[in-house]
Amino acid sequence: MTIPATDNTSETAPSKSEAGITLEILRYIPGTHSEPTFQRFEIPYVEDWSMLDALGYIKDELDSSLSYRWSCRMAVCGSCGMMFDGVPKLACETFLRDYYPRPIRVEPLENFGIERDLVIDQEPFLEKLESVKPYIIDAMANAPSGKPGAPAGHERETIQAGENRQTPKELALFDQYSMCINCLLCYSACPQFGLNPAFLGPAAISLAHRYNQDNRDQGNADRAPALNEEDGVWSCTFVGYCSEVCPKSVDPASAIQQEKVRGATDWALSWLLPKGAR
Amino acid sequence: MSEAFETVHADVIVIGAGGAGLRSAIAAAQANPAAKVALISKVYPMRSHTVCAEGGAAGVVQAHDSLENHFNDTVSGGDWLCDQDVVDYFTHHATEEMVQLEHWGCPWSRKEDGSAAVRRFGGMKIERTWYAADKTGFHILHTLFQTSLQYPNIHRFDEFFCTDLIVDDGRCQGVIAIEIKTGDIKVFLGKAIVLATGGAGRVFRFNTNGAIVTGDGMSMAYRAGAVLRDMEFVQYHPTGLPGSGVLITEGCRGEGGILLNRHGYRYLQDYGLGPETPIGKPENKYMELGPRDKLSQAFWHEQRKGNTVPTPLGDAVMLDLTHLGEAKLLQRLPMICSLARHYVGIDPAKEPIPVRPAVHYTMGGIRTDIHTQTEIAGLYAAGECSSIGLHGANRLGSNSLAELLVFGKVAGEQAADHASRQPPCNNDTLLSFAKDKVAELTALREQKGTEKASRLRHEMAAAMEKAFGIYRLGDEMQTGLDTINELRARYKQVNVEDQSRVFNTEFLTTLELGSCLELAQVMATSALQRKESRGAHQRLDDYKTRDDEKYLRHTLMRYSPDGKPILDYEAVNITRSQPKERAYGAAGEQQNKQEGGS
Ligand SMILES: Cc1cc2nc3c(=O)[nH]c(=O)nc-3n(C[C@H](O)[C@H](O)[C@H](O)COP(=O)(O)OP(=O)(O)OC[C@H]3O[C@@H](n4cnc5c(N)ncnc54)[C@H](O)[C@@H]3O)c2cc1C
Ligand code: SF4
Ligand code: FES
Repeated sequence: MTIPATDNTSETAPSKSEAGITLEILRYIPGTHSEPTFQRFEIPYVEDWSMLDALGYIKDELDSSLSYRWSCRMAVCGSCGMMFDGVPKLACETFLRDYYPRPIRVEPLENFGIERDLVIDQEPFLEKLESVKPYIIDAMANAPSGKPGAPAGHERETIQAGENRQTPKELALFDQYSMCINCLLCYSACPQFGLNPAFLGPAAISLAHRYNQDNRDQGNADRAPALNEEDGVWSCTFVGYCSEVCPKSVDPASAIQQEKVRGATDWALSWLLPKGAR
Repeated sequence: MSEAFETVHADVIVIGAGGAGLRSAIAAAQANPAAKVALISKVYPMRSHTVCAEGGAAGVVQAHDSLENHFNDTVSGGDWLCDQDVVDYFTHHATEEMVQLEHWGCPWSRKEDGSAAVRRFGGMKIERTWYAADKTGFHILHTLFQTSLQYPNIHRFDEFFCTDLIVDDGRCQGVIAIEIKTGDIKVFLGKAIVLATGGAGRVFRFNTNGAIVTGDGMSMAYRAGAVLRDMEFVQYHPTGLPGSGVLITEGCRGEGGILLNRHGYRYLQDYGLGPETPIGKPENKYMELGPRDKLSQAFWHEQRKGNTVPTPLGDAVMLDLTHLGEAKLLQRLPMICSLARHYVGIDPAKEPIPVRPAVHYTMGGIRTDIHTQTEIAGLYAAGECSSIGLHGANRLGSNSLAELLVFGKVAGEQAADHASRQPPCNNDTLLSFAKDKVAELTALREQKGTEKASRLRHEMAAAMEKAFGIYRLGDEMQTGLDTINELRARYKQVNVEDQSRVFNTEFLTTLELGSCLELAQVMATSALQRKESRGAHQRLDDYKTRDDEKYLRHTLMRYSPDGKPILDYEAVNITRSQPKERAYGAAGEQQNKQEGGS
């Protein structure tokens, strides 16, 4: 017997055995189910399978209605975050062998609305992302160029001038914070976000920090309102679990702490300096 | 009976939010700030497959390099099936796009003086591949996505799955989409449409592509009357991880990685890529830095000779990076280190990584002219879904990311311009056309069939791999095509078990399968009819060599309602580089000398 999982299962079926493993998956189909319930699936135990391979096996062979997001299966597209035994992880980077022979509990990421089965509602996160203006804000580009909102003409001139200089040291100031894949594991880990869904949260703050730290950017002041309002950095009580679960070592907790310092300094300065100089 | 649907109006509709789609949307939004740009994608933009690209993007920067070098590398790499006017436009605009991305914040890796660093890449004579460690695609995609957020006239429709283009009176004027979250159907009407839906690697079984790379856009355009071109050219990347197919970037070899067979021998020297270059001193276009088609073919021969390494996940050769040392590996190839650790349990600083060829890239696609315009008025295409004539029979690594930017921008500007000159859509005829399509969709969803989509998918992918792999044989290809045609017949009886509406991924993958089957047939027919060997299309029967007399031509395929694609050919645009033998390693050097070139 060969065991089909993803389309990429190799022809020499991975070291398969007669052994099996149990997945208990939270199921919820609005309109069909009145509330979320667990469904048990017995599947073959294949040492090389990631959780994503296992879900693929279930979807192809056992129950085609199981829904979850995935694409890259190499831990970079950020689609496949879910809870395994209560811990947020990427399904494509989590392996059956790390649980075998125990059954594994699979649930959608915590602290989010469930759209269906393992699919969560990401819309609120996208709004948060937008609110921190995650793009280079360049004083030059914003100078009146005669074209509202479209610095196309200006861009043409600056492109001719070539790339900005940015030394490896300057790059290192924000590099780590640019690695976020928007997988949302950190939001699932964050107790503050659990209590207050309006909290800007680890990934959005990390991204704001990434641009604030970039020597090409002059947008700190533009990002300050979102960061410093009640639901911004000050909601964080420094639990630090976000950094623990982050699969890309972004360390959102440190980004938040640094933005708190920046916010506090800005606030202090605002009392010292005349208004226009802020 | 057709279900009710909502209509959304826009000036420009961009389908696909990967590198090409985002670049187009930004260009359209900039070109006309008053235009409403609808950006539709079946996944959130940052999940698009561009995110997986590792190695880098090409653009000439060094003083001792030249646009002519980039041109020559691309044209010979493509085995002279490239349209040379397109290659010229591309090389002239690639670097400015890299700079543009830099201005938008892309964290390019840098040299000590702060200028952008470039690395070696296969088939490229001089280092010109810009990179952001080994996450270049990730950074390009996120930079573009984040940049796009500042344009208020870009309206995103995330997780909307497009199914059919709306063409009336020879003009493309809209698209039908399923809102995944609700299962509701929305009809988008617009004056110009850009397709940027990516490749079709999932037609094959063992591949480096994400789940979403199913050729939907190519199939949509084809069914709507656009031409698919050069679809027989499918690139195998020489270094995918056994089992998963996860890519191990060519950048590894650019940094000095070497390929060994089971005897620890650098076998590439036996396949016209030698002589062996010293370890730690990689040389452009020699050995491990030869082009992808040649390297994948060498693997095939080594496997036949019994020189590959058997692993539990299939035969492999060994990619040795150990001599680079841990520090350099972690700086230049951090993601590779983590992928190797997770998916094959190997630390590349200590042990070589097992690798084998995997389907990677579709050179062919929707035929466009140099302005990204397709056969259908108002319909443009850019990125991997398109065939603008850049890659010929074999794409060079790092030319694709650059292509997304250069031609994504052209497509956006062209579409914005076209839209500004169009009269408003004729709603009535368009909506009645849409109604029919929606009825077909509903019928497919509700039909009580006997076939299971996942089964058909596995069979298709296996058949394509068997018959249309690294090497091809006439009778095997015929068998492969027959199988695909049978699967297409069985697909008509497909049964979607899941009858719910919200996030019904079974239905969506069934639609994707329909696209894949359509393209599989086109690829198979194109391959069978190309009776020569060129680039990624290598035959082992009576047609082992390139035949410029008969086949220095693009293959064209048109849809026919009877289910049999209509075959045609067209001339390749050759401006100054006449076909010669493709030579790498010492032979390539020799060829250069004889021509007095450099
Ligand atoms: C693993 C890997 C590594 C690579 N590395 C490199 C490299 O180093 N250098 C290089 O130059 N190239 C590289 N390539 C190739 C390059 O990454 C791709 O060719 C390129 O990213 C394709 O971009 P795209 O914008 O055309 O499509 P994609 O990024 O694939 O985006 C397609 C978009 O279309 C949308 N879409 C598709 N179908 C539908 C539908 N039915 N309805 C709505 N939306 C739809 C998707 O949601 C997505 O947003 C690599 C490829 C792979 C697989
Ligand atoms: S910070 Fe880390 S855990 Fe949070 S979304 Fe980004 S990558 Fe995921
Ligand atoms: S599938 Fe892309 S992160 Fe897991």
